[in-house]
Amino acid sequence: MSLENVHVETTALPRDEDRFMKGVKDCVPTLLGYLSIGLAAGVVQKTAGLSMAEIALMSLVLYAGSAQFIAAGMIAAGSSPMAIIITILFVNLRHLLLSAALSPYFRHLSPLRNMFVGALLTDETFGVAINQTAKKTNISEKWMHGLNITAYLNWFIANMAGALLAQWISDPEKFGLEFALPAMFIGILVLSILGRSKIKRDVAVAIIAVVVAVGSSLVMSSSMAIIVATVIASTIGMVVEKWK
Amino acid sequence: MEISLGVFLVIVGAAIVTFIPRVLPLMILSRIELPEWGLRWLNYVPISVMAALIGQEILIHDGKFPSITDNVHLLAAIPTFLIAIKTRSLLATVLSGVILFMFLRWAVP
Repeated sequence: MSLENVHVETTALPRDEDRFMKGVKDCVPTLLGYLSIGLAAGVVQKTAGLSMAEIALMSLVLYAGSAQFIAAGMIAAGSSPMAIIITILFVNLRHLLLSAALSPYFRHLSPLRNMFVGALLTDETFGVAINQTAKKTNISEKWMHGLNITAYLNWFIANMAGALLAQWISDPEKFGLEFALPAMFIGILVLSILGRSKIKRDVAVAIIAVVVAVGSSLVMSSSMAIIVATVIASTIGMVVEKWK
Repeated sequence: MEISLGVFLVIVGAAIVTFIPRVLPLMILSRIELPEWGLRWLNYVPISVMAALIGQEILIHDGKFPSITDNVHLLAAIPTFLIAIKTRSLLATVLSGVILFMFLRWAVP
């Protein structure tokens, strides 16, 4: 997705790769990762004392893994709604960066249609979508909805299944699936680096991000550390690239 | 099958503060012409975010750094990286990562 590629592509006819069903298909590799996290979320929410209806509402309306874990934990601990909401605001601020990074590829849509594109944005759908941009300058709206809605339904089903399973299992991580999420992030990172023509710089930026994320999480919350690491590493990447 | 008022308020409030950061940049930034440095900066965001998430997932557990030989996540991550580079397939990476992790957790005492 280097800038050199900008304006190469035309948006003439809908090609096969821009279809809704292609988005559904491209979501498949991420399903296992979020299925396992969704199951865990369902179990945690159920054991926190939430009803099935509340869990359904949570997964459909909030639709954010880390936020749902935090909400369940804080509800169980008796925290005030305001404290929970503020905590979740900070945890999900990284979406600002994901949404901003996608914005150049959705210039062809109106703000209202972009609202629907962004409403179901997650780490995983972002990762899959940004990998598309190695080949093109626009991301198809239908494709994005196919990707987003598949991930959304998978998440809802996983949450419900986890809530039902909660009566039998207390530790859903026993099944080795907890590595599905980091493995998915690794896959997305490697594919996006290989899809661009600046491997050395990308690897350097990635290493800086890891060091900052891990180092700063000693002195701040892990979600803030992600934001700080992203801002610092991206800035270094931008400065070095401009400099050369 | 009921929804308590407190939980309802938490869900709605949390959903609003999650929704806004998700949609606002897409709605606004896609309308305005960003300067070149801004685009370049955004270009590095995906790499940085994913790397930062991976770093936390595999290096930190319960707020601590496990030693390298005890850290099954890290031991599994290294071959997972190689598989991702070799296969260039997300699905192959996720599946082999999970299998490797299961094997390593069984093999590493």
